[in-house]
Amino acid sequence: MRYLHHSAADRREMLASIGLSSIDELFRDIPKKVAEAFEPLDLPAHSEQEMVDELTSLAALNTVTDKICLAGGGIYDHYIPSLVDHFLLRTEFYTAYTPYQPEISQGTLTVMFEFQTLISELTGMDVANASLYDGATAVAEAAFMAERMRSKRKVAVASSLFEHVRRVLDTYCWASGIEVVELPTLPSGQCDLSSIPSEISAVILQSPNAFGVIEALDGVKDRIGETLLIVSAHPMSLGVLAPPGEFGADIVVGEGQPFGLPMSYGGPLLGLFATKKEYLRQMPGRVAGRTVDTDGNVGYTMAAQTREQHIRRERATSNICTNSALCTLAATLYLAAVGGKGLRRVAEINTEKAHYLADRICSVDGYDLAFPGPFFNEFVVNVPGDAMCLHQTLLDAGYQTEPPELLHGFGLENALRIAVTERRSREELDRFVAVLETLGGSR
Amino acid sequence: MRTIFDCPQHDRMDGLFPELDTPKRGVEALIGEALLRKTPPRIPNVCEPTVARHYTALSKLNHGIDDGLYPLGSCTMKYNPKVNEDLARLPGWASAHPLSDTALVQGTLKFLHELTRLLAGMAGLPDVTLQPVAGAHGELTGMFLFKRYFEDRGDAARCRILLPDSAHGTNPASAAVAGFSVTQIASNDAGMLDLDALDAELDETVAGIMLTVPNTLGIFEEGIVEIAERVHAAGGLCYFDGANLNAFLGRARAGDMGADVFHYNLHKTLSTPHGGGGPGAGPIAVSERLMDFLPVPRIAYDGEQYSLDWGHPRSIGSVHSFYGNVLVAIKAYAYILQLGDEGLRAVSGDAVLNANYLQEKLKQVYPLPHDQLCKHEFVLSGKGLADGISTLDIAKRLIDYGIHPPTVYFPLIVREALMIEPTETEGKESLDRFVEVMQTIADEARETPELLHEAPQRAPSRRLDQTRAARDPVLKYPFSE
Repeated sequence: MRYLHHSAADRREMLASIGLSSIDELFRDIPKKVAEAFEPLDLPAHSEQEMVDELTSLAALNTVTDKICLAGGGIYDHYIPSLVDHFLLRTEFYTAYTPYQPEISQGTLTVMFEFQTLISELTGMDVANASLYDGATAVAEAAFMAERMRSKRKVAVASSLFEHVRRVLDTYCWASGIEVVELPTLPSGQCDLSSIPSEISAVILQSPNAFGVIEALDGVKDRIGETLLIVSAHPMSLGVLAPPGEFGADIVVGEGQPFGLPMSYGGPLLGLFATKKEYLRQMPGRVAGRTVDTDGNVGYTMAAQTREQHIRRERATSNICTNSALCTLAATLYLAAVGGKGLRRVAEINTEKAHYLADRICSVDGYDLAFPGPFFNEFVVNVPGDAMCLHQTLLDAGYQTEPPELLHGFGLENALRIAVTERRSREELDRFVAVLETLGGSR
Repeated sequence: MRTIFDCPQHDRMDGLFPELDTPKRGVEALIGEALLRKTPPRIPNVCEPTVARHYTALSKLNHGIDDGLYPLGSCTMKYNPKVNEDLARLPGWASAHPLSDTALVQGTLKFLHELTRLLAGMAGLPDVTLQPVAGAHGELTGMFLFKRYFEDRGDAARCRILLPDSAHGTNPASAAVAGFSVTQIASNDAGMLDLDALDAELDETVAGIMLTVPNTLGIFEEGIVEIAERVHAAGGLCYFDGANLNAFLGRARAGDMGADVFHYNLHKTLSTPHGGGGPGAGPIAVSERLMDFLPVPRIAYDGEQYSLDWGHPRSIGSVHSFYGNVLVAIKAYAYILQLGDEGLRAVSGDAVLNANYLQEKLKQVYPLPHDQLCKHEFVLSGKGLADGISTLDIAKRLIDYGIHPPTVYFPLIVREALMIEPTETEGKESLDRFVEVMQTIADEARETPELLHEAPQRAPSRRLDQTRAARDPVLKYPFSE
C-alpha cells in the first residue's frame, strides 16, 4: 500500500519497543465478541490505474454533461474562471484543517476575513460568518437564531422558498419544536405580506424566490417591527440588485454555489450567513477577526469563539464545526478574479439573457410567464399541453430543464422553471425556442 | 497581512466573459430602478497576475499535511491522495446539475449507491445516508432520527442524552440543537465510562447515549458492548461517534458493538481532504430500528436503473439541499476501492502502531495520565514540565520546528492536554524526529523557557493576540482607514 511507510523490519522494531510482537496484539482491547463478529467487505485492492479507469468509465455514464443546462432552482451553470481551481489545488490550502493555530494558518484565516468582507459588502450587512454547509441549512440556522432571540416558537415562511430549502427548514424546525406557518404568494409571484401573523420569531423570504421573482423588500421591516426579517438571497443577483441589508434585513443567508463552485450534483455547496453587528453573539459558525501579534504586526485569528460548540458545548449557538472552508476560498477567488466590475457585468448578462429567452418563449403561441413580477436569471413559464412531454422533447433536443413535477408542490401543474446564465449563447437560446415553435402552441 | 483589498486597483475588468450577444436592453428597463443597487459593493478590481501572486503568498502562510507532520488529535490528518482530486474534477461528476433527470446521472447514482453499500458493510449496519456533510451534521441527523423514533413510538418522555465528560463539543451541541437535554457522565480513573454512573442515570427519560469509539483519550471502551446492552435494555438508543474510526478500520464494526447510529468523517478516516475546515462529509450508518426514518431522497436500485426514492412517509425529511457532498464522497469511494479489505486493515494497524510507538517514547519525557495501550491517539499533559510553562507554550514552540501542534486543551478531563494522533501516513523517521523535538522542547522548558514563551519565532506570525480579537472583534476590512 503506497500510502504507508513502514517496512516489515520497521514494524518489528517499533513493536519491540512497546513490548509486542504483532500488529494484532495492538487490538487486544477490542472486545472478543466484537472482534469475532467482524466480516470484511470482500473487496479486493485496486491499483491506482484500475481505480481511475473504473471511475472514469462510471463518470461517463453521466450523459447529462452533453446537455445544455437550463436548470436552476438554486444551483446554476456559471462559468468558473480558470484561476479558481489552480488555487484550490494548492495543498497548503486543501490539506490544512480548521485554523486552530493561527500563526501557521494565516493563509486560511486571511481568506476567511476577505470572504466575510465580500459577503458583508454584497448583502449590505455588518458581519458575515466564514460559511455554513449550504443555503438550506443556512436558512434553518437563521430560523434558530431568530428563535434564540425571540422565543415565539413560530416562524412565518414565504411559500415561495425553494422546495429543497423548505424541506430542510421543516426538518430542523420539527426537531426543535418551532412551528412553520406559510405566507401565500400574490399573483405577481411576490410574497403576500398583507397578513403576517403576530407573535412570531421571524419572517423568512427568498429573493429572487422559487419562481425567480424578486421580492419587494421595501418597508417590510417597518411593518414587522421586532420580528426578525430573514432574507435568502441569490448572491450573484446582488451584483445588480439592492442588498437586503438596505431594507433592514436582520439576517441575510444564501447559497454561494454561483461563485466558483461546480454544480457537483448538489455538493459541496456554500452556506452564506450575514447579520447585524449587534447580533454577533447569536450568530452560528466560525468567524475570523483581525488582531496583532507580539511584534505588533497585523494578523488574523478565529474570533467570537465563545459562541461555539468547542467552548460552549450544549449552550453553543450551533453545533457546526467543519463548515465549507475550501468553498469560501473558491468564492473569494471567484470574486477576486471577476472583480466588482466583472460581477456587475456577469449579473447584467444573466439578466439580459434570461429576459431575452423569456420574451422569445412568450412570443410562441400558448406560452406565457406564470408570474409577471420582476426577475433576475430565472423564471417560470406556463406551457401548453403536457409539461412532462415537453420536458422529454427538450431533453431529446439536447436541453436539460428541471423535471416539471418539481413545481407541482407550488400548484404549478403545467409549467417549466428555466434559468439562463452567462454560459448560454444566443444561438442555444434561439434553437431552444425553435424546438417550442416546431411543437406548435396548441398541441 | 496584506488582503485582496490592499492590492493595486485596475480600472478595467474585461476579458473573462464574452460580449453580450443578445440585444442590450439594460437592467434598469428589465428589473426597474427601485430594485437595483445604488452603490456598488466594494469588491476590488485586481488584475489576474496580482490576484495569482496574492493567493500564492497567502498559501505559503499555511501549514498543510504536505508541509510536515500534523498530529492534530481526533482530526486524523492523514495524507490526501492526489489522484482523488483529479477524479472529483471529472466533468461527469462536477458538471451534473442536482435536478437533472436521474436517467442522465446514472454514474453518480451508481457510485453513491455503491458507497452506501460499502459504508454499511464497514459499520455492520443495514443502511446508510450520505446526506450529512460534516461529522457534527451526522450527529445532528442521528439525533433527529432518535427524536423521530421515540415520536413514532409515542414515547415523548425520552428527552435526555447521556454523554461522557470526554466527549467532543459537537456531541452535546448536536443533542441540544435537536431539542434534547444533556446529562454528563463522569469517566473513571482508567478514562472509561463509569458503568455505575451510567446505571444511575438510565431511566425512562433517557433517549440514548452518545459515545466516541475509541474515546477522545484514544482508549477503547472495554465495556462498549455492555454499555450498549444496558442502554437498549433501558429503552434507549446508542449513537457512536466515528471520528476515531481510523483506530479500528477493517477490524471491528460499530454495529457489532451495538450502535444504532454510527457516523463517518470521510475527510478524516477516508482521506478526502480537510480543506482548511471543510467541505467534509459525515454519512451515518443506522440500525434496523431507525432505517424507516432516514432522510429522503434515498438512492434506490431496481436491478436496472438507479433512482431517487422519495417514498418514505416516516422519514425525518431532508438535512441537506440535495444528496450530500457528492464530490467528497467520490474521493472516499476511490480511497476504499484502492485499499480493499487488506488496505483498510493495514491503515488501522499502522495508525495504532504509530500512536503506541510515540506514546511509549514520549511518556518518558511528558506526563501520560492514562498509561495503557492506546488506539490511534493518546493524550499527554503539559502540566508540571517546568514552572510557568503551559501546553500553549509547548504547542507554539513546536511550530518553530516545522511541526503542527497537536490538539491542545482537549479532552477537558486532562489538564493542559496535548492530544496526539500521528496517523498511518507518517514514517518512522518522521516519528523519531517528533520525539527528538519534543525532548528538546522539554529541555528548553527547563533551561531556556523564554524560547517557549516567545514562540513561535520562525512562523509567518508571532503569537497572535486572541483576547483582543475576542474583545474587540474586527470581522471585515476597515475600508475607511
